[in-house]
Amino acid sequence: MEKIHNEIHAFPTAKLSVEHVCKSFETSRGRVQALDDVSLTISEGEFVCLLGPSGCGKSTLLNIIAGLEKPDSGMALIDGTPVTGPGRDRMVMFQEHALFPWLDVIGNVMFGLRQKPNLTNKERLEVAKYYLFLVKMDKFSHSNIHELSGGMRQRVALARSLAPNPKVLLMDEPFSALDAMTRERLYGDIQEIWEKRRKTIVFVTHNVREAVCLGNRVVLLSPHPGRLREIFDITLPHPRNVNDTELAEQATLITAALKHYSSPQDT
Amino acid sequence: MRTFLTTLIFFLLLLGVWAALTGDLSCLGLQDALWSPYVLPPPSTVLHYLWDNSVNGKIPLAMLVTLRRLLIGYCIGLLIGVPLGMLAARFKVLNDTLGMLAMGLQALPSVCWVPLACIWFGQTEAALLFVVIMGTLWSVLLSTENGMKSVPPIYARAARTMGASRLYTITFVTLPASAPFVVSGMKQGWAFAWRSLMAAEIYVSVVSGFGIGQYLHYGRELQRMYQVIGIMLIIILIGLLADKILFSPVEAWLHRKWGTGKD
Repeated sequence: MEKIHNEIHAFPTAKLSVEHVCKSFETSRGRVQALDDVSLTISEGEFVCLLGPSGCGKSTLLNIIAGLEKPDSGMALIDGTPVTGPGRDRMVMFQEHALFPWLDVIGNVMFGLRQKPNLTNKERLEVAKYYLFLVKMDKFSHSNIHELSGGMRQRVALARSLAPNPKVLLMDEPFSALDAMTRERLYGDIQEIWEKRRKTIVFVTHNVREAVCLGNRVVLLSPHPGRLREIFDITLPHPRNVNDTELAEQATLITAALKHYSSPQDT
Repeated sequence: MRTFLTTLIFFLLLLGVWAALTGDLSCLGLQDALWSPYVLPPPSTVLHYLWDNSVNGKIPLAMLVTLRRLLIGYCIGLLIGVPLGMLAARFKVLNDTLGMLAMGLQALPSVCWVPLACIWFGQTEAALLFVVIMGTLWSVLLSTENGMKSVPPIYARAARTMGASRLYTITFVTLPASAPFVVSGMKQGWAFAWRSLMAAEIYVSVVSGFGIGQYLHYGRELQRMYQVIGIMLIIILIGLLADKILFSPVEAWLHRKWGTGKD
């Protein structure tokens, strides 16, 4: 019991930095510069949103931090250590849910925990249950994945990423395929969970309001080549409501900047 | 229940037509047999044959001999085919070589191996097993390879970000994720194995044991069409049972998990 308590009530978090990262891809239309000399520092426990239109390299940047892709030059660092590959200290939540259909809900959450040594399976099960409770999916432990709605699937995916207690949570447009109502509910929940779990979160989105609603800072990127343009500090108190007028004003400001940096042929 | 009744009535009707055409129902005032029993024997003779030879143990023994060959050959085919398919999906050079070979040999009905098998192994169990393995192996190999390649890459990416090793990912992510393909390949492999074994048993007599196919062969030699039809019914029965016992539970599990197979 003691061990589970420690496991759940440890709040590891990490400082992240990206230094002069460049990355290009070979496509059928020639070479595309996805990221051009991008540098960024994210402090411990910070919630940062990477915002930009498609093609600005925000997902590429996230994948580089995750260790799923290697930069052409420059590097990503976690607490000063260069990233060389994927690791348990950084969990990724994808746009599609990426849950395993052959496992039930709790089996999926257990998958990540099984990669974590020093826990017995019984302890892992307790931890998995705790996180399912945290994302309000504890009543669906033994459901099959295809039986869940899109929002419920993303909740399970969130529990799966949180359960191994990573220092950093990387989220790649996790709500973009959901309907507006479901999304709003998840905005509330993710803020609540962030305050409870104090993770460093990097959240990729092309939705300005979503970025303003969730982030401490909103990092604006522009495409062709992918460059970091501007960083906005969002000081509105949590929990924030996405329909709040003050929030909408900030979003309008950022939208204007977004339009400014995107050339007409990109739209 | 309703489905069951519909099916039952259909088969009873079928049996009734057969009985009527072959004179089994002449006691009811229906006409005599249209054909000589040498051409189409009545159901009563067939059932009589089946009953006698089941009671004296000949048919059960032949089923045992045949099923043993089938299961051993099929299992060897799976044990070779699934790992080779996994390797062919992983390494391009294997895909270009072994994959092409499998593609070619899969197009070859495995009964074509019988002449060579008899030269290589003589008229032995080994020859029959070889034919069954050739029937199973290639289609299992190809569908495993195809299945592994059809797995959405996001599953492996997700597993890697959770810290899973490559071997763990292949065993616990890619393999179960490809299960729907692999199982349908196993089913196809089973069908091929069954057909090729029947063909081989009709073709080759093996002294080490009389299989179902050999009974069919002797039925033909002795002009006993009731024996031929009786054995055909047994072959159908085994095929159906195998499908229900071996594959239906697995397919039901796949449908439940993946949410497929519903209307």
